[in-house]
This record gives sequence, structure tokens and C-alpha cells, in this order.
Amino acid sequence: MKTNPEEPLLKRLMDNIWLLLVLGVAIPMVSYTLWGWIELMLIPPAPLP
Amino acid sequence: MSLLSRYNASLSDPAAKSRTCATTGLNVCLGAERFIKLNAVSAIVFLLLGGIAAILLALTRWQAIHLLPVDWFYRIVTFHGLNMLIFWILFFEVAILYFAATIPINSRLFSTKVAWVSFAMMLVGAVMVNVIILRGQADVMMTSYLPLLAHPVFYLGIILVAVGTLIGVFNFFATLYIARRDNTYEGSLPLVTFGAAAAAIIAVVTLLHGAIVMLPTFSFSMGWTAEPDPMWYRMIWWGLGHMSQQVNVAAMVAVWYLIAYLATGAKPINETVCRAAFVLYVLFINLASAHHLLVDPGVGPAWKMWNTSYAMYLAVLASMIHAFTVPASVEMAMRGKGHRRGIFGWILALPWRNPAFSAAALSLLIFGFVGGITGVTLGTVQINIIAHNTLRIPGHFHATVVGGTTLAFMGLAYYVIPLLFRRDFIARGLARIQPWLFGGGILLVSIGMSFAGSMGVARRTWDIEPAGIYGPAAHLFLGVMGIGAIIAVAALLLFVVLCVGTVLFGVRNNGRAMADWGAAQTAPGAKETSLLHDHWGMKGTMALTSVFLLCFAVYYFANWKALADVWPVR
Repeated sequence: MKTNPEEPLLKRLMDNIWLLLVLGVAIPMVSYTLWGWIELMLIPPAPLP
Repeated sequence: MSLLSRYNASLSDPAAKSRTCATTGLNVCLGAERFIKLNAVSAIVFLLLGGIAAILLALTRWQAIHLLPVDWFYRIVTFHGLNMLIFWILFFEVAILYFAATIPINSRLFSTKVAWVSFAMMLVGAVMVNVIILRGQADVMMTSYLPLLAHPVFYLGIILVAVGTLIGVFNFFATLYIARRDNTYEGSLPLVTFGAAAAAIIAVVTLLHGAIVMLPTFSFSMGWTAEPDPMWYRMIWWGLGHMSQQVNVAAMVAVWYLIAYLATGAKPINETVCRAAFVLYVLFINLASAHHLLVDPGVGPAWKMWNTSYAMYLAVLASMIHAFTVPASVEMAMRGKGHRRGIFGWILALPWRNPAFSAAALSLLIFGFVGGITGVTLGTVQINIIAHNTLRIPGHFHATVVGGTTLAFMGLAYYVIPLLFRRDFIARGLARIQPWLFGGGILLVSIGMSFAGSMGVARRTWDIEPAGIYGPAAHLFLGVMGIGAIIAVAALLLFVVLCVGTVLFGVRNNGRAMADWGAAQTAPGAKETSLLHDHWGMKGTMALTSVFLLCFAVYYFANWKALADVWPVR
């Protein structure tokens, strides 16, 4: 996508749907899914009685 | 076939043909129009199915009636949840995406073939899910938490719906790509298209989670692989279940802006701020799926606090920006039309008889004052412990998803049907009262559930009597919920009859403007002016916002007080 370097950074970000798509997928995938997945994997197995 | 060759091949596609709308003067891509109609009609059918299920459930939870037997209660809970929260919403959102990517930016749909594949997969998947539920082979409720196990067709159907929707979202993005490439619009995307793009981005994350969780569960149900870990399942499933409701929020806000413009001529007071609020949604709103895991032991407090707060309330900030800018832009437009009497004089002059406007206004009020305040409060890690798995939770989300999203989508239909089916609404007098009935009914449902839940009544429970701990007040509020449900479902049926009746029997408006629902008028003797530089031009909205913040503070404090009362230290 063509962007004008003279435009403010925020406007360029908001006009770049593809960058928003990448960030919008990456942030929840890392913050919610990956972090949560790692926490679940770090739970030690319960010892059998 | 590459994207470019698909683009070239589709130049002879029906999607490339268009007509000029006699009401708006905008070009309407015929390919997009066909799929907006197909998806919207399917959505209304699933809304009807979910509504019938809703009244059966409400009359069962209303203990004085207790309608359904136990097996059918859980079957219908499953049926209601999937039809209302997934099928009605996703089909209507795909219709909104096709509208927003074509008509406002004068573009054609990327591909009708892709749209057919998407629609067919979604429809086949939804029918499979509904049939297997009604056959009694998937009594697992909407969440289908493992180790509960449904028939494989249930999971396969959900996978088809998720992948079909994802293909529709791809068609949306591809349409935006060719619109930019063909220079069908100048500058930034219009706000309604930008809001739809935000919804589409959120949908991508949602549907990826759906695929991640459903594929191994389907494989397990077929006996091919081992059972997925139930804690892992819950976490990934809520990436589908809660995030799908965030798609609604973004789409609903885009609809608010559109209807405010159509009914009052309101333009955002600061479009950059509105866009920034949508960006905050895109980046942070999906983290709040953590709300559902606040009493799960597997994930730690840092994960819970960071995610459940939408990264320290950044997405809440976005909602508060929209909740301010939508009414503020309407107030500025009304004052610009000469309605300047006092702080609230402009409210009396609003086009309340226009069902699209009344639906959007009620949607904003119910979503903000009831759904938003309860959502942020119940999503607080500590407070959640006194509300988790009680009826307070459905009390909250019936205000957001039904009072907010569904009502806003109903409002949009009052414009979409006359413009795309080119037939004027039948029984226009009934249409004018329908949003009030539906909004009033769902408000009673939400209040009844919330108060009964405050008294400890559990959600998704067939019979609370054996517990023997609920007094007359809890039963009174279950009755309030039941009466509200009767009103809301009656209004829903009225909406369906109006829509279907219009599509089949409405007077054709080919070649002329649609029958006007009524827009805001300039005050007698006044001259229309712009108040964009008048900082006090939105004083009514500031007063309303102050009332909102006060309600928020009181409710939040009351809940901390209720939490402190659980373990009093004397």
C-alpha cells in the first residue's frame, strides 16, 4: 500500500489495513493464546495417590 | 490460481456489474448485493430459530412455569447459544462486510465464486449442527467443554461455519485490495468501512482459534487421536466464543455511525479519534476472552489481570470514545439544525419514529449503561469470584449481544431491506414500535437475570428448587426475566414477519427513492450551520456522559462492597 511519509505516523498506521491485520492477529495470539498455553504446559503433573 | 489471475478472470464476473441506487445515488455491485441478501436472509432465519429456543428456555428458568423436561432444556440451551451467538451474528456480519467493502467505496466484490463457497460452507455447517443437536446427539451446550462429547457432525459443522466465514472475510479483504488498486475511492477508507475492517481483523483471530480447537476435538470424537486437555480446550475455545462477540462490538459501532449519519446527518466530530478507537479494538479487545477463565486454576494472576483488563483497559477506552463521539456527533448535527434549546432540547427533536434510529439509540444506551458497565465490573478478577457461573453473566451478555448488537443489526435492516430488495416495508406503524418492544423486553431479561444472579442463582441450570436456598426475591426476578423474554421474543417474531413480509409482499420502489422513515429536520425558521468549532456544542452529551460515569462508579463500588461482605473482617 502506498503511504505518504509526510503524513503523521498514526494516520499512516490507520490507513494501512494490512499492518493492522498483522498486529491485530499477533497481539492476542501472543498475549492471550501463547502466554496462556505456556502457563498450562508449565503445570507440574499431579502425583498419583 | 493466483490472486491476480483470479482478479482478471473475475472481470467478466457478475460481481463486476452494478446498478445505481435511486435513494442514495451510490453504485451497488450486483454480485455483492446478491450475497448481502443471501447472508442477511439466512441470518434472520437463524435469529428466528434462536428466538423460539429463547422463549422455551425463559419459560423453563421461570420456576413457576418450568416448561421443558431436563434433557430438552440442555438441548435447547445448546441450540439457542449456537443459533444466536454464532449463526445469526456471523451470517449478518458477512452481509455487513460485503456491504461495507463495496457500496461505500464504489467497488465491486472480489469474487462471487468465493462468496458462493463461503455461503455454502456456512449454511451446510449450520444445518448440520442444528440437526445433530435436535436429534439429541450433541447435548453439550454451546461451549461443549471436554470431557463432554458430542457427535462428530457437531464439530464438523462448526468447522465448516468457521472456515466458511473465514473465506468470506478473505473475500472482504480481497475486495478492499482491488478497490485500492483500482482507485475506486480517494484518501482513507470511509469510517463505516474502516469499522467493518476492524471487525474483519478481529474475526480472523476468532476463526483461527475456532479451527485450532475444533480440529483436534473432531479428531478425538472420531476416535483418531487422544482427548485434548480440557484446560487447553477451555482456553482456546474462548478464543472463539468470546472473540466472536468482539466482532459484534466493532460491527455494531460501525452500524451506529452509519445510522446516525442516515437519520440525522451526523458526521464524526473527530474522525481520527474514532479511527484510533477502532485501532484500540483491533489491537486489544480480543484479550478479554480471559474473562471466562478467571476461576480456572491453570493460568496465573498476571495472565488473568493483563488479559481480562484488555491490556489495562485500552479497549474499554475505545468503547468510551465511541459512546461519547456517536451521541456527540448527533447533538452537533441537531444543534446545527437549530435545535439549541437548553441542554437536552435537541433530544426531543430526534427522529424517534424512525425505527432504524430508535433501534440504534436504544442499542447504544442498553449496550453502554447495562452491558458495558456490568461487563467491565464482572471482568474484574476479584469481583468475578462472586458472579462467575451465576445468571449475572447471561444478564450481562444479553445486554451487549442482544440489546446492543442484535438491536443495532435490526435497525440496519430497516434501511438494508428497502435499499437492496427494493421493496418498501409493510406495516410501517408496527415497524416503528418494534425496536422499543424488543429493547424494553431485553432490558427486563437482563435486569431479571442480573438480580437473580446476584442472589446466587446459577446459569445453565434446569432446576434451582432442589438447592432449597433461593427465596421469593430470586423467583420474582426470574419472573421479570420471563416476562421480558415474552415481550422480546414477540418483538423478534414481529421483526421476522415484517422482514419476510416486506421481501415477499412489500411495494416495489424500483426507480424511485425508498419510502422515508423520517430524518431529523431543521428547526422552523432556523438556518443550518456548522458548530464544529463550538466546544460547548456537545454539552448535552457531556451531561449524559457524566451520568454514565456516575452510574459506573456506583455499580463498581457496590460490587466491591458486595465482595467485602463475603468475608467480613471485624
